[in-house]
Amino acid sequence: MSDTDKIIYLDNAATTQVYPEVLEAMTPFFTEYYGNPSSIYTFAGKASEAVNKARGILAQGINARADEIYFTGGGSESDNWALKATAEAYQDKGKHIITTKIEHHAILHTCEYLEKKGFEVTYLDVDEYGTVKPDELKKAIRPDTILISVMTANNEIGTIQPIAEIGAIAKVHGILFHTDAVQAFGHIPIDVEAMHIDMLSASGHKLNGPKGVGLMYIRKGVKIRSFIHGGAQERQRRAGTHNVPGIVGFGKAAELAFADMDKRIAYETKLRDHLIERVLNEIPYARLNGEREKRLPNNANFCFRFIEGESMLILLDQQKICASSGSACTSGSLDPSHVLLAIGLPHEIAHGSLRITLSEKTTKEEIDFTVDRLKEIIERLRGMSPLYEDFVKHQN
Amino acid sequence: MYSEKVMDHFNNPRNVGEIENPSGVGTVGNAKCGDIMRMYLDIDDNGIIKEAKFKTFGCGAAVATSSMATELVKGKTVEEALKVTNKAVMEALDGLPPIKVHCSLLAEEAIHAALWDYAEKHGITIEGLEKPVNDIGEKEEAPEEDY
Repeated sequence: MSDTDKIIYLDNAATTQVYPEVLEAMTPFFTEYYGNPSSIYTFAGKASEAVNKARGILAQGINARADEIYFTGGGSESDNWALKATAEAYQDKGKHIITTKIEHHAILHTCEYLEKKGFEVTYLDVDEYGTVKPDELKKAIRPDTILISVMTANNEIGTIQPIAEIGAIAKVHGILFHTDAVQAFGHIPIDVEAMHIDMLSASGHKLNGPKGVGLMYIRKGVKIRSFIHGGAQERQRRAGTHNVPGIVGFGKAAELAFADMDKRIAYETKLRDHLIERVLNEIPYARLNGEREKRLPNNANFCFRFIEGESMLILLDQQKICASSGSACTSGSLDPSHVLLAIGLPHEIAHGSLRITLSEKTTKEEIDFTVDRLKEIIERLRGMSPLYEDFVKHQN
Repeated sequence: MYSEKVMDHFNNPRNVGEIENPSGVGTVGNAKCGDIMRMYLDIDDNGIIKEAKFKTFGCGAAVATSSMATELVKGKTVEEALKVTNKAVMEALDGLPPIKVHCSLLAEEAIHAALWDYAEKHGITIEGLEKPVNDIGEKEEAPEEDY
């Protein structure tokens, strides 16, 4: 039994296990069919075919056409591409972009970069559950708005956004709509037609595929240029030799994810709800962050008052439980998660957050074990918390 | 990321708790950055720290530096305790990651805050002790982000 057999991995929003079937599909493209798919000889044909097969599977999963899928180096690259290339291509029309306060940093920091380059960005507020209000979006639209970018589902608190409504608004106003679907792709149904999505970012490693490969869906007719310049790959829109094993793995992972999505959603939702119920019933001064129903099936995010997230993670780690937190100490800055602040939590509560993201392989036993340990850990940390001491004294 | 000593003081923190009717108690911290430390001191008539206790809301390093700070001041005179610097706390813990250095500053400040309270309660002046800063974070500047 290896070390990893004993861990309880509850950080599937950070990354996921590459499934053995996925690895198996990838392996021949490292060792056997290692040809460059852009080459002319027959030997490279296998690689080229495999890339196109993956493209077809990924396109079908979101009701897109194969020639609307562009492979990239990952979700962050896709987000950068969507924003920077749109800004560049459409700046004659206007220099205003609308996004939200709860986007991933791949979007937020790209927007900050564009602001320095003379673009104006409106960051929409969200409600206390982390949902973007379509009415607020409508109010933010200006004649010079060229792009709306709203994530499909939030990576921290799991809230699913009203993407179809947002897409419809963008369409009516003739504004391009990009969605960062890194957490949602392959986890919940997405239909680029029904939802009027013009561009979409996704990543392989969030759905049991490999790291270092992502995609961007670009609707036919959207005139954005290359972001990585060089060779003529990806219909001259994304240079660089294809990451063939990565793309094949991404395709295989998506094939598996789309094939049993309903089953997976049902299983994960049930387990997630069991977790949420136990935590809220058995741990005092706990709250659930994010929307109760409209959230990713595998995401639960809590705040526990009077304690700090990193301490909680270290103690969980000692029980071989992997989870994450939005506390400052874990974010590498002095501020807690921007998402938790955006839903209106004060700093000291936001510091005590815990994100648990399960998978279809997580068991009820693992969740129960985790909740049992969590209760002990929180009690212990509260025992040494001056905030809890003050709270108890004020109550008496 | 943490040294063995830090992990030891986090897992088995020394002197956690409160002192009833302490000679001095001080709370320092920064809710924004997520660390709040409270230190209790029991100081005898000869100015010797008989007991030190703490409570901390914060990360692993915050707990470990509080724990070490109480260990370092115990048995010392008020004047000696004043010389326990953040550097001494860090060295005793075999170092801290750069982003956690502020925790050791906070621990030093917690000692000062408790001593300040002691001095005020007893109407004495401790040479070299300045009014503690509650919010260590204000002293630091966030690093500029590069693009």
